[in-house]
Amino acid sequence: MMRVKPSAFVMLAYLIFLLLPIYWLLMMSLKTNTEITSTFTLWPADLTFRNYQTILTDPSWYMGYVNSLIYVGLNTLISITVALPAAYAFSRYRFMGDKHLFFWLLTNRMAPPAVFALPFFQFYSAFGLIDTHIAVALAHCLFNVPLAVWILEGFMRGVPKEIDETAYIDGYSWPRFFVKIFMPLIASGIGVAAFFCFMFSWVELLLARTLTTTDAKPIAAIMTRTVSASGMDWGVLAAAGILTIIPGALVIYFVRNYIAKGFALGRV
Amino acid sequence: MDKTQNNRAWFMVLPVLIVVAFSAVIPLMTVVNYSVQDTFGNNEFFWAGLDWFDDTIHSERMHDSLFRQAIFSAIILAIEVPLGIFIALNMPKRGFWSSLCLVLMALPLLIPFNVVGTIWQIFGRVDIGLLGHTLAALGIDYNYTNDPLDAWITVIVMDVWHWTSLVALLAYAGLQSIPQAYYQAAKIDQASRWSVFRYIELPKMAGVLMIAILLRFMDSFMIYTEPFVVTGGGPGNSTTFLSVDLAKMATGQFDLGPAAAYSILYYLVILLVSWAFYTVMTNLDRAEGGK
Repeated sequence: MMRVKPSAFVMLAYLIFLLLPIYWLLMMSLKTNTEITSTFTLWPADLTFRNYQTILTDPSWYMGYVNSLIYVGLNTLISITVALPAAYAFSRYRFMGDKHLFFWLLTNRMAPPAVFALPFFQFYSAFGLIDTHIAVALAHCLFNVPLAVWILEGFMRGVPKEIDETAYIDGYSWPRFFVKIFMPLIASGIGVAAFFCFMFSWVELLLARTLTTTDAKPIAAIMTRTVSASGMDWGVLAAAGILTIIPGALVIYFVRNYIAKGFALGRV
Repeated sequence: MDKTQNNRAWFMVLPVLIVVAFSAVIPLMTVVNYSVQDTFGNNEFFWAGLDWFDDTIHSERMHDSLFRQAIFSAIILAIEVPLGIFIALNMPKRGFWSSLCLVLMALPLLIPFNVVGTIWQIFGRVDIGLLGHTLAALGIDYNYTNDPLDAWITVIVMDVWHWTSLVALLAYAGLQSIPQAYYQAAKIDQASRWSVFRYIELPKMAGVLMIAILLRFMDSFMIYTEPFVVTGGGPGNSTTFLSVDLAKMATGQFDLGPAAAYSILYYLVILLVSWAFYTVMTNLDRAEGGK
């Protein structure tokens, strides 16, 4: 008989616990509303793709995905761009107030979005930025920039300093060295940091919803409108939920080999 | 690594400072501004001093929310950290299965918060949810919209479902960094499984575990969307945590002054606890570097 290790059972039990609620959502998205509310079935008796069709053919639905992807992309770009030189400074130099500054940056990661929702709304209203993608992208910098600095600093620490010095001796200027030599060396770190920025911007809703009304409204906020006079449209709600999981799943697949190190913020 | 002293490094940090000033410092100043003023509407404000702070510190409402919040975070940490370590110890070390586990485990982390709420709201419903229906079929009286205890259990199980993988992935990363030679030495010494864990694995994981605890504490302390979607803070006020309460106050009732004072006190509590964790963490880092 084949011997099965007890650890395999533990993992299997845990993965089932993780996947069961998602399985249920997926099944619901493939059922008709009558089936959802009237009978209790473990898999759809009457398989339908109508719920997905509703979302993918109606611009007021699918534009939500486009909006989310635009501000998440913008945010990732801004966060990584400003975090790269800062992380380099923290990993290579001692300067006045560096430790305090680093902790102060982290405190922004600790700020509850609920605290910022109202001031953000007023602040961006004053600049006429409400309901634009850039407003959400900038607001999400609040927690993503500190995180990106933290992760990148962890990865940069692992690169020996001799490489910098050799490059300078070879006549590289700092910007050229940074782009041509240093960035390729920490490419996996940049990838991981981008992944985390993507992740936290994608899942955040409180700020995204506060700062948008129609033109830049994220999909996760549009979902709530399935509550209508005729009752809840459970099938469409479930289908919208499943569609929000897909981008995340795709991104994880690309960084799967670095994910553990990334979660340790490059500090292993 | 020994770093060189160079104050010009400030220029490299400058872009970060500008972005963070725009997205954090200025809005935070608005909050401070509101917290010391009162208004009769019409955008006329007058100085209220520290009255709002005084009120907030002595308000039952804040005490209750803070108490619930502290209990919640404590339970979350007490479950997720040991469970995460346990899962990490049982994960396949390499190969296809290891990648598959990593991808599947990271899945809940990338689901938007309100979708997580929606998933559990549906999953726990007695009429259409798998969990609720199964429990009802087993004769267990479970209803998270009426019973405070059931609501608490649902919110906690949801958070465990959502975030345990983060702790597990961190612990896994820590385990991966232990050289094989350590285990071989332990084998020669005929060390028990427990002592391998206690004297080799746990010390090596200490650094990443601190990060895990810090992140989990911060995020559980500002949890908003998930309980809001699932229970709406109810039944009654039983799952009204700090953020839920604050959002109710600021965007529902538009009590700007009290909400601002509330925000600042809330932020200070998080800062204080996180600073304690952070100090322990950097000290651990240094101790390891000194070896």
